[in-house]
Amino acid sequence: MSVDHFDEAGAAVQAALDAGARYADARVMLRRTETMSARDGEVEDLSSDESAGLGVRALVGSSWGFYAVPDLSDAAARAAGRRAAEIAAASALVPGPAIDLVPAGAGTASWASPCEIDPLSVPLSTKGDLLVAATAAARDAGADLAEGIYQIWDTRKWFVSSDGHRIDQHIRECGAGITASAYGDGEIQRRSWPSHRGQYGTRGWELVDELALTDNAARMADEARALLTAPLCPSGETTLILGGEQLALQIHESVGHAIELDRILGWEAAFAGTSWLDLSRLGTLRYGSELMNITIDPTIPGALGSFGYDDEGSPATPRDAVRNGIWVGVLAGRDSAAMAGLDYAGSVRSDGWARLPMVRMTNVGLEPGPHTLDEIIAATDDGVLMDINRSWSIDDRRLNFQFGCEIGYEVKNGKRGRMLRNPTYTGIGPKFWQSMDMLSSETVAWGTPNCGKGQPGQVGHTGHPAAPARFTNVRVGVRG
Amino acid sequence: MTSEVDLAGRVVELTRSLAGAGAEAEVVAAHSAEALTRFANSAIHQNVADATTTVSLRLHLDGRTASGSTTVTDADGLRSLVERTVAAARLSPPDPTWPGLTPPTPLPADAGYDEATAAAGPRERANRVRDFVQAAEGLETAGFCRTAYASGAFANTAGHTVHGRSAEAAMDGIARLAGADGVARRAAGRLAELDGATLGAQAAAKARAATSPVELPPGRYEVVLEPTAVADLLDNLATFGFNGKAYAQHQSFAELGAQQFDRSITITDEPLGATLPFDMEGTPRAALLLVEDGVTRAASHDRTSAAEAGAASTGHASAASRSWGPIATNLHLAAGPIANAVPEPSTGPTASSARALVAGMRRGLLITDLWYTRVLDQKSLVITGLTRNGVWLVENGEVTAAVGNLRFTQSYPQALGPGAVLGVGAEAVSLPDRWSGVRYTAPALHLASWNLTGNASG
Repeated sequence: MSVDHFDEAGAAVQAALDAGARYADARVMLRRTETMSARDGEVEDLSSDESAGLGVRALVGSSWGFYAVPDLSDAAARAAGRRAAEIAAASALVPGPAIDLVPAGAGTASWASPCEIDPLSVPLSTKGDLLVAATAAARDAGADLAEGIYQIWDTRKWFVSSDGHRIDQHIRECGAGITASAYGDGEIQRRSWPSHRGQYGTRGWELVDELALTDNAARMADEARALLTAPLCPSGETTLILGGEQLALQIHESVGHAIELDRILGWEAAFAGTSWLDLSRLGTLRYGSELMNITIDPTIPGALGSFGYDDEGSPATPRDAVRNGIWVGVLAGRDSAAMAGLDYAGSVRSDGWARLPMVRMTNVGLEPGPHTLDEIIAATDDGVLMDINRSWSIDDRRLNFQFGCEIGYEVKNGKRGRMLRNPTYTGIGPKFWQSMDMLSSETVAWGTPNCGKGQPGQVGHTGHPAAPARFTNVRVGVRG
Repeated sequence: MTSEVDLAGRVVELTRSLAGAGAEAEVVAAHSAEALTRFANSAIHQNVADATTTVSLRLHLDGRTASGSTTVTDADGLRSLVERTVAAARLSPPDPTWPGLTPPTPLPADAGYDEATAAAGPRERANRVRDFVQAAEGLETAGFCRTAYASGAFANTAGHTVHGRSAEAAMDGIARLAGADGVARRAAGRLAELDGATLGAQAAAKARAATSPVELPPGRYEVVLEPTAVADLLDNLATFGFNGKAYAQHQSFAELGAQQFDRSITITDEPLGATLPFDMEGTPRAALLLVEDGVTRAASHDRTSAAEAGAASTGHASAASRSWGPIATNLHLAAGPIANAVPEPSTGPTASSARALVAGMRRGLLITDLWYTRVLDQKSLVITGLTRNGVWLVENGEVTAAVGNLRFTQSYPQALGPGAVLGVGAEAVSLPDRWSGVRYTAPALHLASWNLTGNASG
């Protein structure tokens, strides 16, 4: 990297220390993003954005302050450091308990995500042609509305802390997807490929090339139209088989958020919510069946929640969250871990220089099982198969969930049967996970690029390895 | 002339010089300063502020369109923005939907903004948090106090230049007792209007009344939704119903001229004073009547969706409106007639706007807040979500028991349909969105039926 910004970050940290902070860290981040959307064979929107700035965090006594500026001059960095310390001092008007920080392996390091084809270097005309062709193919095949989108993020960041960190990272992320909608009498059915908002990863444009958007466009249109006349998903309790894409979001909502330590400690109580998990039961609580093994792993190459170091300087390290159905780990930051009496952090990120780093999911995924989807279907006498998320909702303790999927299928006597429309299912997290009795080995690390959390709001990028799985006695077919 | 006007003008000129006289360009230069003091476990745990200037350019060149933005506002940063956007436009596929530029158009009279709110410091926010915490009298508390200021300018190559400023403040907090939460939140144009002590006491009263909840079976219930819950209805109606793109593409329930709501429902978008007085295309903002006495009157448009729908822009262009549609963000549900005064103990759980409605409900639920609402079917706007921050059983006009949170699956237009609204609260209050700077104004609503589809047991 020819130009670095360690000096500006260091100036902000020193200014915060000089103003009374006992710890400070700063991130300079440069981010370029590119987004294109297309509709019915025409490009609808193309945006190329650039953002650069510095965010500094100061700990004065046991109170935090954060300030961010888009100006990377030395004077602005120093002023930002002082301002962060002033804000921390104001926080002390309503003080909390003493704050400690668990160690974060201070040092100098550099890391970059794997990238074969730089997505920003691919000609816009090539990328536009892809979305135009894919949406045109869906429209030609009978979709009433065909939409496509790709997104690219190219982020460089320089992190300095008063604990001695000097870390730079270059993370490139991208992904794409298409959706075909069919309009019926008072309702709309939609089918998306490969996922309801596309597939994303910390990879180059080769990821998008692998998605084969155009090849799958006509099938999406056909299925959307077929859904208009398909029978409704029946209502009642049954055996539920979830495809991997839907299971990824199930993991995100009912496991990933529940194991965020800031939620467990009540730091998100007023907005995102808390968690049903009680730290006193870490290591003993049964979360799910023996098949349930959930890992926190930011080292998975190419997955959307991967990085070299989190935004507190902790190196990416895989950990167990659930082992053989027992809850054993959390997503933590340096301060929350110390408060909880844990000795690890590593899951703190911000969505830009102007936002406070906070506990976020990395890659929270389900380890593969011994079966295949075909074997799961063959072993099911009576049930419903659902896949591709359409809606999601869960309570503020991450217990009571309801999901809708784009498409469902009847499963009878070990065979996939009729297509079902408007499939939904609902349940309570631990009861649901304890009912998982079959799990496929066909894992895909699905990317979720729109995880909302925090005030002011932040959008996080998370990854969720998941494979199809079967659950028993699940309530399906919830309707308004 | 402000620095934002200067910035926008420089980018217009730079675009002309680099892209040629035939280029159509629109530029927004906006300075925003947001500060948010957040508390949990009755202590300030996150306290943040930032000051950012962003320059956004949208360019239509030789039949092709591209847009870009930057926070790097020195000469090199602005030149890079223009060069990047020009290059993107030249490489882009043709754009047959380009709606053209907004011609020079005067802004409405300046609604003004509160300079004290714009300049508020962390101690002023922390003092309100302290008052909230103390008023809860020992209950655990959590929430935020926010101030925000924006100064923005728009300029385009058609000679249209406008400038405006706005400021806002908001406070939102809960009090917690034995697993029960109570909430109070308010938005205002002036921080001075936000009283942390009053809000803290309200939240605590709700929490105390919400302990030891009973579990009710799912089913259809008559309900009174407090303003905090009604705000969610307005949010989803604006995002998926009155959204001009969704309307133009027949994905919305909205049918202009049709009696789609009860006659007691009148909804307007009231952006003036709440945000900058123009949108990202330079269209002046103005009040927009969306529903009048139950009749759907309009959708919110940017220039693209307006062209597709055969309408005029209503000033709702945003950076994302070409993709996600133009969305009204300051919805106001008109309050009902003044009701007879209903005595309410100051320690009770019922919001003042809801008291007369609760008194008139024979059996039903009083619901404070809705949470994590998501669309199951956009056309009929069937939404699923959960209650939050306090639910009570009402019998013969009185609160008789706290109730555990419930899941609902409900068409919002159907819940507000002709004959379905039994009463509208006489007081509309201004409420902040918990995620962004969006603001709603809402009274309580008494609805004949709300479809509760699950409880804590599943």
